[in-house]
Amino acid sequence: MAGLYASRTAKTAILTKLYPTRSHTGTAQGGIGAALGSQEEDHPEWHTYDTVKGSDYLGDQDAIEFMCNEAVPAVYELEHMGLPFDRTPDGKISQRPFGGHTNNVTGKPVRRACHAADRTGHMILQTLYQQCMKNNVTFYDEFQAVDLIMVNGITAGVVAIELATGEMHVFHAKAVIFATGGHGRIWEITSNAYAFTGDGPAILMRRGLPLEDMEFFQFHPTGIYKLGILITEGVRGEGGVLINGKGERFMEKYAPHVKDLASRDVVSRAIYMEIRDGNGANGQNYVYLDVRPESVNRYAAQDGRKNLDGSPYTVTGEEILAKLPDIVDFCRVYLGVDPVTQLMPIQPTAHYAMGGIPTNKFGEVLSDEKNTLVAGLYAAGECACVSIHGANRLGTNSLLDLVVFGKHAGLKAAEFVKGASFQPLPDDSTAFARTQFEKIRHADGTENAFDIGTTMKKIMFDDMGIFRSGKGMQNALNVVRELKQRYQHVTVADTGRIFNMEMMNAWELGNLLDLAELTTVSAIARTESRGGHSREDFPERDDKQWLKHTLAWVAENGRIDLKYKPVVITRFEPKVRTY
Amino acid sequence: MEVTLKIFRYNPETDKKPSYKTYKLDAIEMDRVLDLLEKVKGYQDGTLSFRRSCAHGICGSDAMRINGMNRLACKTLVRDVGSRITVEPILGLPVIKDLIVDMEPFFEHYRSVKPWFINNAPEPEKERFQSPEARLRFDDTTKCILCACCTTSCPSFWGSENYIGPAAIVAAHRFIFDDRDQAAGERLKILNEVNGVHRCHTVFNCTMACPREIQITKAIGEVKAAIATGNLE
Repeated sequence: MAGLYASRTAKTAILTKLYPTRSHTGTAQGGIGAALGSQEEDHPEWHTYDTVKGSDYLGDQDAIEFMCNEAVPAVYELEHMGLPFDRTPDGKISQRPFGGHTNNVTGKPVRRACHAADRTGHMILQTLYQQCMKNNVTFYDEFQAVDLIMVNGITAGVVAIELATGEMHVFHAKAVIFATGGHGRIWEITSNAYAFTGDGPAILMRRGLPLEDMEFFQFHPTGIYKLGILITEGVRGEGGVLINGKGERFMEKYAPHVKDLASRDVVSRAIYMEIRDGNGANGQNYVYLDVRPESVNRYAAQDGRKNLDGSPYTVTGEEILAKLPDIVDFCRVYLGVDPVTQLMPIQPTAHYAMGGIPTNKFGEVLSDEKNTLVAGLYAAGECACVSIHGANRLGTNSLLDLVVFGKHAGLKAAEFVKGASFQPLPDDSTAFARTQFEKIRHADGTENAFDIGTTMKKIMFDDMGIFRSGKGMQNALNVVRELKQRYQHVTVADTGRIFNMEMMNAWELGNLLDLAELTTVSAIARTESRGGHSREDFPERDDKQWLKHTLAWVAENGRIDLKYKPVVITRFEPKVRTY
Repeated sequence: MEVTLKIFRYNPETDKKPSYKTYKLDAIEMDRVLDLLEKVKGYQDGTLSFRRSCAHGICGSDAMRINGMNRLACKTLVRDVGSRITVEPILGLPVIKDLIVDMEPFFEHYRSVKPWFINNAPEPEKERFQSPEARLRFDDTTKCILCACCTTSCPSFWGSENYIGPAAIVAAHRFIFDDRDQAAGERLKILNEVNGVHRCHTVFNCTMACPREIQITKAIGEVKAAIATGNLE
């Protein structure tokens, strides 16, 4: 989206480490949030409030309001680009309920997620790529960005490795937009792609820029047991319910009003508490998601859920299959389970980075707690922290975030380059990047990268997961720091240049380790529970002390420094958050 | 259980010709072939190179020939293929290294059908209306992830790299039968050319290979019929 908009008026190149259609946006399933009101009353103001509340009041309200207002024209624009949204009987864009999205008057779930079956992200990615081709945008496929070039604090370009040749290239640019996605590969159970190694944030932190609110990482309640593959919240939107090992629908206890459609942080914690209380399925650390038509219909009747014409809400097996074809396919392939007739074993899965590169609502990167701009540098999508999602993101708001802020980052960057001149490149632009790779190439080779990665993922999932404590997090930090030492001696057998994926993966592991450390340091400092950061030793939200954003820098000596900046509050004073 | 993986290997920087290497490792029935490749790469031979990303059949990176069939390594379980597994690059595209092929010819064919929405009428303020039935008409072909399993399983494509191939026809179908799009005629003209749909001899390999279970041969048939009759129903 950023590239599409930037290219309208500025000479633009898009670098991607994969092919453009392989990006992780394509795996988003359930929908993109916008208060179109296709089927029932809805307003951008309600969407704004729900997002503020969902963020546990850590989201910046001016930016959230901006996004929720922009959402409506943004979704229509996607439709104009040809995106095949599902339709209502009268031909409008169809919408489904999603966690945390409510009618602000009744408190009941509202249909706000605009969807194309359960492959909405796939259709967005395809549509945007198609529009880029239509507009002759230049792509550099399978070019891995490895460094940002800055001269006197002003952006001068990026360094990237062409995977097919191993050659290092310098892209001299007046402006650079990072849209590099998340870093869920830090955790053992994750819905995230192998490619999600936090390259953008890692590159910028090495260049002395801060990262914001990194302690907030979302664990999606419903990942396929052991594999972490995402089962969309849309399943619960269509009436699916969570069931513990005793066959009880437990979300009634934790969120009496919206039950299974509470915010993701709330539902993930509920699942863990059930497991901890011995209510996991078969005594294991998973529960069930039940979307069998007879269950959906029974619970819908209990809840008094109605269709829009007032008739009781019911579904058939065929409708489940038509609305959730990919989910049914995943379960059949990976579990040998048919969700139309059987229960799906699920556990929470590391899913989304609320934190990231600090930006304002135009995608401009900020370099400190005073919101100083970095000339020519932009970020959008999951790698950025605007902050829209605060301490917890609502479902459907990630696709919305990348469309709205991608567009504005693109526009802003294009506007910037009009009045800017190229910075002269430094004498040796690739020196810093080369040092990093030379170090890996010439390490003394006693350590196995795969082992280091596995150990990091496990400790981060155990001690930096859904529930945290000072002791556990300190343990995670110690282990990660030890792993960083071992990483200095990592062995790489492949000495070639062409598609040396082993080398690239080793470099990516370095990114993950650096981000894991910074995330843990940020988390230890925050002595409260808020959204996705839930501490057993500090179980309450503490607005007096902690209604503020964390900014974390890596100092010259490797130490991590923390500073804070206030949350922007416009209309909604923080209050107790219940669902 | 012990699994034997026989993997096609070729490193253009050191090898004169390709060879096969065999690796043995412990696995369970529910392991993905991709999990096994990762383990081989992690613990036995770091030089093994392949593409992968999402690991659950959506991004389309890891199309490979597994026991002679084009499949996604992340969507093929040991349960599906047994304990003796041969992994090779997909056929018909130049091999660059190990399981990595040059995808550029594939994407060139894809681009040739103008796979983007064309409607030059002024945009309405809100959405263009479309009935659920009209939306359903092209639903199947919107699923395509451009993994190339279909095109590289097609004997006509093996016979001539100039054949546009099933994936490009699927991409065209998605727009030809979308009643909001205005360029069906243009696309049908492209597909009516010598390297277009007429090279399809209804072998059904593409349909068998598609990890998204798209009815590709049917879609190609519909495009052929549309060319013959001019009818887009």
